[in-house]
Amino acid sequence: MHPTDISNPDYFHKVVDCQWACPAHTPVPEYIRLIADRRFGDAWAINWESNVFPGILGRTCDRPCEPACRRGRVEKEPVAICRLKRVAADNKGDISRYLPAIPTQKNGKRIALVGAGPASLTVARDLMPLGYHCVMFDGDSKGGGMMRSQIPRFRLPETVTDEEVDIIVDMGVETRFGPGGYVDSLKSLLAEGWDAVFVGSGAPRGREIEIPGRQEAGAHIHIGIDWLSSVSFGHVDKIGRRVIVLGGGNTAMDCCRSSRRLGGEEVTVVVRSGFEEMKASAWEKEDAQHEGIPILNFLVPVEFTHDSGKLTGVLFEKVKAEYDEKGRRNLVPTGEPHTHVPCDDVLVAIGQENSFPWIERDIGIEFDRWGMPKVDPKTMQASLPHVFFGGDSAFGPKNIIWAVAHGHDAAISIDKFCHGEDVAERPAPGVTLVSQKMGIHEWSYDNDISNDLRYKVPLRDLKVALKDIRTEVELGYDDKLAFLEAERCLNCDIQTVFAGPLCIECDACVDICPMDCITFTDNGAEAELRTRLSAPATDFEQDLYIGDSLKTGRIMVKDEDVCLHCGLCAERCPTGAWDMSKFLINITQAGTACRSR
Amino acid sequence: MTYIVKPRLHHPKLPTNALGYTHRDYEGSVSTLCAGCGHDSISAAIIQACFELSLPPHRIAKLSGIGCSSKTPTYFLGQSHGFNSVHGRMPSVLTGANLANRDLIYLGVSGDGDSASIGLGQFAHCIRRGVDMVYIVENNGVYGLTKGQFSATADKGSSAKRGAVNSDSPIDLVAMALQLGASYVARSFSGDKAQLVPLIKAAIQHKGAAFIDVVSPCVAFNNHPGSTKSFDYVRDHNEAVNQLDYMVERDAIVADYAPGTVETVMQHDGSMLRLRKLALDYDPHERISALTYLQQRQAAGEVVTGLLFVEADHGDMHGYLDTVDSPLNTLGEAELCPGPDLLERYNAAHR
Ligand SMILES: Cc1cc2nc3c(=O)[nH]c(=O)nc-3n(C[C@H](O)[C@H](O)[C@H](O)COP(=O)(O)OP(=O)(O)OC[C@H]3O[C@@H](n4cnc5c(N)ncnc54)[C@H](O)[C@@H]3O)c2cc1C
Ligand SMILES: Cc1ncc(C[n+]2csc(CCOP(=O)(O)OP(=O)(O)O)c2C)c(N)n1
Ligand code: SF4
Ligand code: SF4
Ligand code: SF4
Ligand SMILES: [Mg+2]
Repeated sequence: MHPTDISNPDYFHKVVDCQWACPAHTPVPEYIRLIADRRFGDAWAINWESNVFPGILGRTCDRPCEPACRRGRVEKEPVAICRLKRVAADNKGDISRYLPAIPTQKNGKRIALVGAGPASLTVARDLMPLGYHCVMFDGDSKGGGMMRSQIPRFRLPETVTDEEVDIIVDMGVETRFGPGGYVDSLKSLLAEGWDAVFVGSGAPRGREIEIPGRQEAGAHIHIGIDWLSSVSFGHVDKIGRRVIVLGGGNTAMDCCRSSRRLGGEEVTVVVRSGFEEMKASAWEKEDAQHEGIPILNFLVPVEFTHDSGKLTGVLFEKVKAEYDEKGRRNLVPTGEPHTHVPCDDVLVAIGQENSFPWIERDIGIEFDRWGMPKVDPKTMQASLPHVFFGGDSAFGPKNIIWAVAHGHDAAISIDKFCHGEDVAERPAPGVTLVSQKMGIHEWSYDNDISNDLRYKVPLRDLKVALKDIRTEVELGYDDKLAFLEAERCLNCDIQTVFAGPLCIECDACVDICPMDCITFTDNGAEAELRTRLSAPATDFEQDLYIGDSLKTGRIMVKDEDVCLHCGLCAERCPTGAWDMSKFLINITQAGTACRSR
Repeated sequence: MTYIVKPRLHHPKLPTNALGYTHRDYEGSVSTLCAGCGHDSISAAIIQACFELSLPPHRIAKLSGIGCSSKTPTYFLGQSHGFNSVHGRMPSVLTGANLANRDLIYLGVSGDGDSASIGLGQFAHCIRRGVDMVYIVENNGVYGLTKGQFSATADKGSSAKRGAVNSDSPIDLVAMALQLGASYVARSFSGDKAQLVPLIKAAIQHKGAAFIDVVSPCVAFNNHPGSTKSFDYVRDHNEAVNQLDYMVERDAIVADYAPGTVETVMQHDGSMLRLRKLALDYDPHERISALTYLQQRQAAGEVVTGLLFVEADHGDMHGYLDTVDSPLNTLGEAELCPGPDLLERYNAAHR
């Protein structure tokens, strides 16, 4: 193998598993250390910079970082990265000093943003400090998109949404909210001569279910996302006593938990697949079950039963999973008699679709055969060069953090586009690597490894929580729990940096390493090399760090997989051939740093 | 000095031995030696050897004297018995312990100062008595703990860190062990665990006095040009006569060795040693020719390493003295006080 090129920013970035997995590349360990240090404002600011909605995401993020977290590979569970973010937001104090100045002298460029969800808000957040004039359109009367209209208040209090949306709107974004803000023709909008248009209109349509009885019993069968927004906006405040929720995704979980708070006493979730394959996150399923909601699986709805126009229940066919030779799963009927589950209301949460009735097909924006616009995944540019897409409208329904990441990328493109530059040329990230050595055995970070298991976030008493749909269920970590949970972080951004010419091959680092990461051996091809290291290195996703220039001609191999970043290798090295250096990567955002001129 | 405790977390796919332990279970507390000390690598090799042999930690006794080397038993086998004796007196304490309880595995850990200077007499008698033990000298050529004075194993003409040249002749503990009748003699290097670990395993399985001289650089006081115990010097002058692949059970001799280059040695307990010859004319069963070979190569400036001598059916102190078969602490009143008749007969025999 060739020696590792640590000057490539991706190498050490990948070692910070959480940051690498985060679509917005939030510097996770950096903010967790600040929380442990009780510097909540600073921790909030780091988050705000990367992911724009620390308070919202600290409660609702899909957290792709957590399955990636190294802690989950060395013990049972990852660090509670997401809920620590909430701690920063809850305790941040006055944040005005962190906010960028907005130029009073504008740069003369006018940008239209369609939709006021997280994607558009991110574009505005990135462009306003650069002097752009941003105009945001939304048919709803307040900004926030689905964060406001869909995510139930018991998970995300409206005050939190208000605060984080307002920070952006207060930068001077011109808003056209309310019925008049709905854009019913992109053609007419384009005719107004904007320098660029960003489409962040989301994936607003809930998938229908076409089985017998749908029409007849329609009064008590509701499309999940429509029902949830009616609940959010106060148009619906009760539901029948017995409720069936069809579907196994996160929307289904929000539907069933909302039902429990609006009069639903017997709420049941029914899914076609097995429990394990449900789309909902593990923690959402857990939360639903905690609220006394059973989840029935392997049942396919075949008919809504009704009596003189009134829904009486749902008939289900029992299925089982069978796998064909290619390993694909098919659900096949078991042949057992159908089961009937009686109910008063049904919520259909079986998926979400994009729909662009307001975009004319003859204005130069190409769509694919699934009705999705053709969008460049790096630049977010549509086939019409001054139109950009982001969030759920770009590639179908995802989540808030992806919408934010798209927003950042689109903002860079819009800024370059408005300056006549090639949007395909993307800026390199800003990287710093700084030694953390303070003394022979002292480091500027806490290198002692906590043995604690993941702390549960305290919940409000169930009886109280179910009384009012606006009562937040999670109480959040208090100071003490936040500190203890923060201490579980392994500081993966404090990198082990190897300098071969200094090494005397004394083996001290090999002997001390608690995780058997380090081996001195003869070089070889990667697959073969992996078989003869101090401990099995079977995860090819995790890099081997190769160092050369050793006197014996051997190489140093470090398997990055389960390194605790405890720094013991560097403490035991007599020559300083190992150092612990903080790697800070800042993904460059829109602004002069990304422009070539 | 490291202030944090070594994290309890370990590699999730760490192999376990027959007792279900990982090598981490054979560790001691974190070393307080200088970072990079060769002695720490020897501790790691002992840990690895005991792990691979699936030894129950509570059946091992580790004994040492004074010195950085003699401090190391704290850093391995944290669940085993330990005794840190007076400077140079480890051999006597070990002999006594072995006489009292012959069932334990004895690991004597010492330094070149501890064994070749103040403890030379103790070393000699312990070896010549054939005490069943593994006697390891962590040989750095200096008194590390007292800041780097030449020890008795420092080569004549080698220089100290500040430039002083050693004018005294060195003591070669390997040559002495051979002369004094040790039945297993080896030399190795702390920087070569592939060689050292099998040598320790075979020494543990060996019945009788097993002696291993491990050259172990003192990074603080004896790792400079002019030293003959530095990492660079030993790597440049290391001449291994053979490579020991320790095997517990007899298995087929691997075919890809040239004929005559592999030798299998059976130990008293039936375990097998497979020895790959590197110096074809070297015979590890011949005490006298081994001594000659060693002295010739040494004179040529080489550091000869490997399994230098082994005598499989040698016997040990308990055999020579015909002692009672069981540890003294298991003897009951009947065995210890056999009654007035026996005492009378015994006394009569001496009149
Ligand atoms: C029930 C439910 C729960 C969810 N829970 C989570 C969660 O916990 N965590 C998470 O990360 N994600 C969650 N999501 C997904 C998340 O809400 C979306 O992925 C995210 O909001 C998408 O952001 P966006 O900016 O693309 O658009 P959206 O948030 O969908 O906002 C689009 C906005 O555009 C407006 N709009 C649409 N068309 C027009 C038009 N023609 N003119 C003017 N305005 C228009 C809409 O009114 C809307 O306000 C959930 C989704 C649902 C349905
Ligand atoms: C009776 C006695 N004399 C002298 C000393 C001082 N002393 C402590 S360690 C040591 C030398 C140790 O040398 P060595 O055995 O080679 O150990 P190293 O530190 O080199 O590993 C000496 C002379 C002592 N502790 N006790
Ligand atoms: S920081 Fe060094 S000693 Fe600690 S686990 Fe990583 S490689 Fe091993
Ligand atoms: S501790 Fe330092 S000098 Fe020793 S082998 Fe490791 S990197 Fe090399
Ligand atoms: S002084 Fe020498 S022998 Fe003692 S711990 Fe330091 S390096 Fe090792
Ligand atoms: Mg010494």
